[in-house]
Amino acid sequence: MSETTVKSEEVDENGQPLLFLSVPHIKIRNFGQLSRFLLIAKDTKLKEAQACVEANRDPVAKILGLDYNTMKEDTSTVNILEEVTKGEDSENEIKMKIARLLSQLDLHLLNHSLKHISLEISLNPTSVKNDIEMLKNFSGKGEQTVLESISYTSDYEFSNGCRAPPWRQIHGEICYVLVKPHDVETLCITCSAEGVFLNGGKTDNEGEINYERKGEIYKDLVTFLKEKSAKFSENMSKQEKRFSNKKEKKEPTNEPPEKEEAAPVQKAITGSGKRTLEKNQINFGKSQMTKRLEPSLSWKATVRFKEYRSLLRDPQEEKHRRRPERSGPSVKLGRAQLVRKSTEKIEEIVSESSSESEEDEEPLDRQEANADLPSEYWQIQKLVKYLKGGNQTATVIALCSMKDFNLAQETCQLAIRDVGGLEVLINLLDTDEVKCKIGSLKILKEISHNPQIRRNIVDLGGLPVMVNTLDSPHKSLKCLAAETIANVAKFRRARQAVRRYGGITKLVALLDCGKSSAEPAQSSLYDARDVEVARCGALALWSCSKSYTNKEAIRKAGGIPLLARLLKTSHENMLIPVVGTLQECASEENYRAAIKAERIIENLVKNLNSENEQLQEHCAMAIYQCAEDKETRDLVRLHGGLKRLASLLDNTDNKERLAAVTGAIWKCSISKENVTKFREYKAIETLVGLLTDQPEEVLVNVVGALGECCQDYENRVLVRKCGGIPPLVNLLVGVNQALLVNVTKAVGACAVEPESMMIIDRLDGVRLLWSLLKNPHPEVKASAAWALCPCIQNTKDAGEMVRSFVGGLELVVNLLKSDNKEVLASVCAAITNIAKDQENLAVITDRGVVPLLSKLANTNNDKLRRHLAEAISHCCMWGRNRVAFGEYKAVAPLVHYLKSDDPNVHRATAQALYQLSEDADNCVTIHENGAVKLLLDMVGSTDQDLQEAAAGCISNIRRLALATEKARYI
Amino acid sequence: MNRKKLQKLTDTLTKNCKHFNKFEVQCLINLFYNLVGDVTERQGMVTGLDRNAFRNILHMTFGMTDDMIMDRVFRGFDKDNDGCVNVSEWISGLSVFLRGTLEEKMKYCFEVFDLNGDGFISKEEMFHMLKNSLLKQPSEEDPDEGIKDLVEITLKKMDHDHDGKLSFSDYEQAVREETLLLEAFGPCLPDPKSEMEFEAQVFKDPNEFNDI
Repeated sequence: MSETTVKSEEVDENGQPLLFLSVPHIKIRNFGQLSRFLLIAKDTKLKEAQACVEANRDPVAKILGLDYNTMKEDTSTVNILEEVTKGEDSENEIKMKIARLLSQLDLHLLNHSLKHISLEISLNPTSVKNDIEMLKNFSGKGEQTVLESISYTSDYEFSNGCRAPPWRQIHGEICYVLVKPHDVETLCITCSAEGVFLNGGKTDNEGEINYERKGEIYKDLVTFLKEKSAKFSENMSKQEKRFSNKKEKKEPTNEPPEKEEAAPVQKAITGSGKRTLEKNQINFGKSQMTKRLEPSLSWKATVRFKEYRSLLRDPQEEKHRRRPERSGPSVKLGRAQLVRKSTEKIEEIVSESSSESEEDEEPLDRQEANADLPSEYWQIQKLVKYLKGGNQTATVIALCSMKDFNLAQETCQLAIRDVGGLEVLINLLDTDEVKCKIGSLKILKEISHNPQIRRNIVDLGGLPVMVNTLDSPHKSLKCLAAETIANVAKFRRARQAVRRYGGITKLVALLDCGKSSAEPAQSSLYDARDVEVARCGALALWSCSKSYTNKEAIRKAGGIPLLARLLKTSHENMLIPVVGTLQECASEENYRAAIKAERIIENLVKNLNSENEQLQEHCAMAIYQCAEDKETRDLVRLHGGLKRLASLLDNTDNKERLAAVTGAIWKCSISKENVTKFREYKAIETLVGLLTDQPEEVLVNVVGALGECCQDYENRVLVRKCGGIPPLVNLLVGVNQALLVNVTKAVGACAVEPESMMIIDRLDGVRLLWSLLKNPHPEVKASAAWALCPCIQNTKDAGEMVRSFVGGLELVVNLLKSDNKEVLASVCAAITNIAKDQENLAVITDRGVVPLLSKLANTNNDKLRRHLAEAISHCCMWGRNRVAFGEYKAVAPLVHYLKSDDPNVHRATAQALYQLSEDADNCVTIHENGAVKLLLDMVGSTDQDLQEAAAGCISNIRRLALATEKARYI
Repeated sequence: MNRKKLQKLTDTLTKNCKHFNKFEVQCLINLFYNLVGDVTERQGMVTGLDRNAFRNILHMTFGMTDDMIMDRVFRGFDKDNDGCVNVSEWISGLSVFLRGTLEEKMKYCFEVFDLNGDGFISKEEMFHMLKNSLLKQPSEEDPDEGIKDLVEITLKKMDHDHDGKLSFSDYEQAVREETLLLEAFGPCLPDPKSEMEFEAQVFKDPNEFNDI
């Protein structure tokens, strides 16, 4: 990939790249590439690609070669159809079939482009009509025909090509068809824009049609009939069988992309109702969030509440309408899912047939349920038979032929499994035949992209053999085995198995490519390059490194130095798995230390400068993991990584990379020096810009980074000036825990600035923060409580504001019953601030804050101690709270706080004791617990507040003593 | 044979052979004369390995079993078609056999598979070569059915110009796509293991070879 030209890695049989993009030309040589390309491309590019397709009207002909091309032009489909129905000429039949397919494909393509242009629908009147016409030609009484009869229910055709009555057309329905297959009774079918389905049939009186949908939606008429009538599918497939082999091969590869294509388009666009759906879904997300908040506290914003409610209703209706679609094939993915999907790795998408989400919903073996097995199934079955019963020559031929199937397609993958091919392939690995092993692994490597197949391979004991194959003297075998392991080890049990059979050590050994390079180049036929071996090893380790024990195993096997060495190479496709592995492993403390020791950071930063987005992503991710450590953060800065990170922020198209980059920035900005650098590179402004319209993974990091940056005065001003506060406050209504923790932190950091605070207050941010105290996650609670502290400090009428939250104070006080230390500390801090207002102090006293605080006194957590002491000292200001603290035995434990090592605790405690010592009984307790000596020491402290408080406390005690003495003499 | 003559022979053969160094050529020459035995030379007859002796070597050393293929391999070695492999044929043959580049091996293999030498591997030839490749299943009516099918599969895979037979360019293209197809119709090259053993043995001490 260079700047102006893009070539695909796949090449066709002539060695030409299947996809060649050189501005402004794009050449695409097969449909797989085309569909992939379209998926990758953004809307604008989509149009261009579509234009290409349009310019290239008869790609089918090009694919099939010149022979067919001429034929296509000369004869129209209809002509041949007639010929065939007359005579039994088999040759004609084949031709006809091809022509039919051509026309179908052409139609598909036309529809396709139509869809893009006019935002039309997947099935349109013309295509339906064509389908029906074609089937009509095939129906009749005889055994060979596919159907007995097919006819419209209505003879009248509207000008738009529909036959459905206008009031049904609104629902996207095109026409109704009566079909009489050979083996099933007459079916009444609705052809609608969304697909073809069985309706309620003709009612007896007046021949009215019951429009209710009765069955599943199919993508077109033929699919529907295949499903409904065994005879139909049999006859259809009979004709399919007669194709030339080539034809058969082409067909499956042509079709799937079309489906894939149709999916997104159809989604967004069916009719006006759908368009609103899109809008509503966004709102829906929002209203869901608010819904969570509503029950919490019935505060002032009732107007808003209503507004959300009305929105809430809409989407619910939508949901009802959407439900029927769900039951259909993969076309019916939610839009949100689609967006997510498109950001997923390309490979995932290319494994066409089964999207991940579909797999969750459907049981494993739907192949069996399907009576209509594709022709590939039988061919594969035959090949497996030869695999079983052939000598090595036959085996190799069968393997090579099997490899020619579209192994990325689920039908083929499952066919191999279902005819018992997996066992044979795995058994072949146990033989001595290098060629058979290579062939077998090549197939296993491809089909193991399928999650079901992975499990089957593990179940059949495939991993131990593959692990053993890693010892083979042939490098290409090692490579293939490692690559297959990389695919298979995508789930836990498999990773475990790899480790248990000693795979980790062997894989790590593969990384050591320098050592073996001295060997003479023997049997060059089966050899790959050392670098390739190491790459595959790294790939497998990457997969394996997702579980903790494996990370340990890799480290113990000495993987880190080897990874570090490989990191110094410059092969991009090698670096990705290497960095990927490091990134996975860096979640472990051990690794981070080792990474530092091996000077890996330097190389990570270097690779950040690469052009490869995936590599950038993984590097950033690794830095994100490692930058928990201060030294590492400094290293990133020293090697100039910060600038690159900041510049990578500008490209926001690749969300995964953006998430990784923002993550790295977040962690790096924990160091003050880095923050200064980021400001220099204008990263803060960019980050603020990223606060809207980004996926949550990105937002979490962006907000986290801003939270860190806002610890600095200048940055706080900057964030405010860039308008960062409103989006931050808006994010407070989210549901994502990690995001909320970061958002509250960032908002809290901003609130330190009175001016920012005004904005927050205006946006009702404090109320939102307060409502987060009800969040089920303790981390969120704590973070929200921390954020509230500066808010209360910096609001003008803080007391009034706090009181305006009905039930808010009670909520805070009740949080003192939590058992999470962080929550407690934060709530104590919040109480400290609340108690500064007399009226509020009175309210929380009524709510029983004193006994609750007293109960917490017995703790040895310094953070809690400090804030608790502060809270106590502030709460002493009301009524007989001082006495109450004494009664609830909070005083004695407080004295012990003075023995802590933390000067902050000392100060807070001294202040609390000073307040408490205003009460005589407390003085006695303080004195009894030996505070005087400790306090005397603290009088000598350099901290003025501490000095003062300690001295005040002593003076109170002393005064009491004097008074007692005086009383005695009197 | 005297030392001087041997030296000269080694030199010329080394010059003509790109995959072996001088030492290796010497070892192979020694091996050759060990296998042939000095007797034949003295009688003034053509020095070389005849068909049977050569097939014996292929079988014993390289584990080949298919008679027909072994015959073809012999013909592949025996460039001048005089019914026996002489020393220079021996060296140049082994050079491809053991160390040939992909191109050389393709050429060699194609010659082996092209039974009648007409430049094409025909369906009949394929059938002939593959006829023993499937386990005979008594249940099947026509035992040749599978073989025929296998031939069709192979053609589909390799016959790029769809003329029903494999030309060298068909074959070359298929092999370049998938190296595994190099020996598509039967093993005519040593498998890597026996090749390694052979080299290890010969280039260490050729005199011991006879004892195997």
